Amino acid sequence: MTRPNAAPLLEVRHLRKHFLIRKGFVRKTVGTVRAVDDVSFSVNEGETLGLVGESGCGKTTTARCILRAMAPTSGQMLFRTSGGRTVDLAGLGRRELRPLRPQMQMIFQDPYGSLNPRMTLADIVGEPLLVNGMTGRRERTERVTELLRLVGMPPEYMQRFPHAFSGGQRQRIGIARALSVNPRLVVADEPVSALDVSVQAQILNLLLDLQERLHLTYLFVAHNLGVVKHICDRVAVMYVGKLVELADTETLYRTPRHPYTAALLAAVPVADPRIKTGNVELPGEVPSPAHPPPGCYFHLRCAYAVDRCKVEPPELREIGPAHAVACHRAEELSLPGIT
Amino acid sequence: MADQTQALLSVRDLKTHFMMDEGVVKAVDGVSFDVHAGRVFGIVGESGCGKSVTMKAVLRVVEPPGRIVGGSILLRRGEEMIDLAKLAPNGRQMRSIRGAEIALIPQEPMASFSPVHTIGNQIIETILLHRPVSKEEARGIAVQLLKDVGIPMPEQRLEAYSWQLSGGLRQRAIIAMALSCNPRLLIADEPTTAVDVTTQAQVLRLLRRLQAERNSAIIFITHDLGVIAQMADYVTVMYLGLVMEQGPVDAVFHTPRHPYTQALLRSVPSVDSAPRVKLPTISGSIPHPFNRPAGCPFHPRCSSAMAGKCDARTPALQPIEGEQAASCFLHHDVEVTP
Repeated sequence: MTRPNAAPLLEVRHLRKHFLIRKGFVRKTVGTVRAVDDVSFSVNEGETLGLVGESGCGKTTTARCILRAMAPTSGQMLFRTSGGRTVDLAGLGRRELRPLRPQMQMIFQDPYGSLNPRMTLADIVGEPLLVNGMTGRRERTERVTELLRLVGMPPEYMQRFPHAFSGGQRQRIGIARALSVNPRLVVADEPVSALDVSVQAQILNLLLDLQERLHLTYLFVAHNLGVVKHICDRVAVMYVGKLVELADTETLYRTPRHPYTAALLAAVPVADPRIKTGNVELPGEVPSPAHPPPGCYFHLRCAYAVDRCKVEPPELREIGPAHAVACHRAEELSLPGIT
Repeated sequence: MADQTQALLSVRDLKTHFMMDEGVVKAVDGVSFDVHAGRVFGIVGESGCGKSVTMKAVLRVVEPPGRIVGGSILLRRGEEMIDLAKLAPNGRQMRSIRGAEIALIPQEPMASFSPVHTIGNQIIETILLHRPVSKEEARGIAVQLLKDVGIPMPEQRLEAYSWQLSGGLRQRAIIAMALSCNPRLLIADEPTTAVDVTTQAQVLRLLRRLQAERNSAIIFITHDLGVIAQMADYVTVMYLGLVMEQGPVDAVFHTPRHPYTQALLRSVPSVDSAPRVKLPTISGSIPHPFNRPAGCPFHPRCSSAMAGKCDARTPALQPIEGEQAASCFLHHDVEVTP
């Protein structure tokens, strides 16, 4: 289902976000956390790009930089606006970002923490409209009604408060709020990880459905590889602030070329007692992004590491059609995937 | 259900209710199961199904306004069976069982260790409380335990505080603490929910190895069907305080009998499915425990619900085939006796 001819809506080039560790009275800098370290990828119009990795790998920081919830340390984030202009989000100030904000919206992980308990649904979903100039009350109510219907919530609930709703319903409200200003890029940060299995599938289907109807582009941040498989056209795998592999979903799952991707796939417990998974153990732990090892960040845990991996950091390079990997030995290794 | 005479723990018709101002929440409402030595017994279910309350009832740590209002929790000791439900929750006998014979691996290792005491002190304290050893011997046991669960440099780690350890090491340390008194029954309550997938694989492997070495019984509680398929020998599926289905793991996953189990298994997004295909869903959401539907609790969301039957009477858990049992009128006509 990849759309090869689609033009990139967003192009991230050499994105870096470093946090300084400061100590003492004079706040002397004692170290740097390279949360996102030279990450490049593009998101095509109408597709879903998955960003996966374990906690601390920088996937959320990347998403927050793109939305300019934080300013990146360096790099470019080229966004094609609805007017057809291409702007670098990294270089814009508050005022210049303002008119672009409606075009990029976010769906949050925690459906409990992300809705103000003192606001009614009408206010929650209507606030972005009000902020963006829709001042007429009736007009706003009409739009909120339409939005709630769109996400499968009865509009009669408009005057209720979030506490009256279950996790799945709250997530629908959060989606309606994100869609209220007609965004083109929707960043979803773990949108289903707080939900029960039986509700999770409903929200995933809703996201797929909305994408088709509204021609949305998703950047989908998640750690659950099953969920990612279901919703993404292409998947980018991150490890300690770096992109290690990027390919279309089917290719990445079937023929991973980076040993870390293969290890992640092998670690997923499969819901079938006849298939025993998790037998290949990845030794050790994820290194700290403040003190990454030299060379390839993965070499200490990698079963295929050679001397070169200990000293020379691998570059992300194309090894096949729409398949990029950052591993010195990508061509010679044959790694197990999901069949 | 397997032969009760061999079971290490037999829970029979356990009922734990919460007396709230707004009414009674029947968190666990008639749950029965047997746990055997050397086997992993899995309890799987979504939020509010009563899996954690069941665990708390067995350990007798249900906090008020919750109370065990019926049923028995029989723990085998040699030839006799002690009914834990009848013991005083804070009495001498229960305290000697909790932590020693039945130990807990909690979900949140960060919240379970005290941040102001070292890991070593906390493990040694547990050992001294339950075992007749000197402080020096206890220290030796603690070092050995940390080594057993695969923590490098165990002597140094004894002096560490929980917040100095990574998530994976902390989870290993809590497992070491749970094992410190050689419990016959381990209760693991979502032990890998807070950790990453590669760490999860490490922890699950560790638990499987330790269980094989020690021949202990494990009650494994999780919401993750993948984890339960990989870990459990025997599975109970719960929904709103009731057991929907019970049986050997292979039967429950390959020939599920209850519509809830069937629907749940279908709705899991899996790594081996085709990308961008819509998942079959279960309509609606889990009702609030206050408004548990009359009759079978699953009937409003069930595609095979029979009007006039499923919404009026509550089906009892009945054997279907071999050791597999389900509470569903599609398979039998036995209802719960009030």
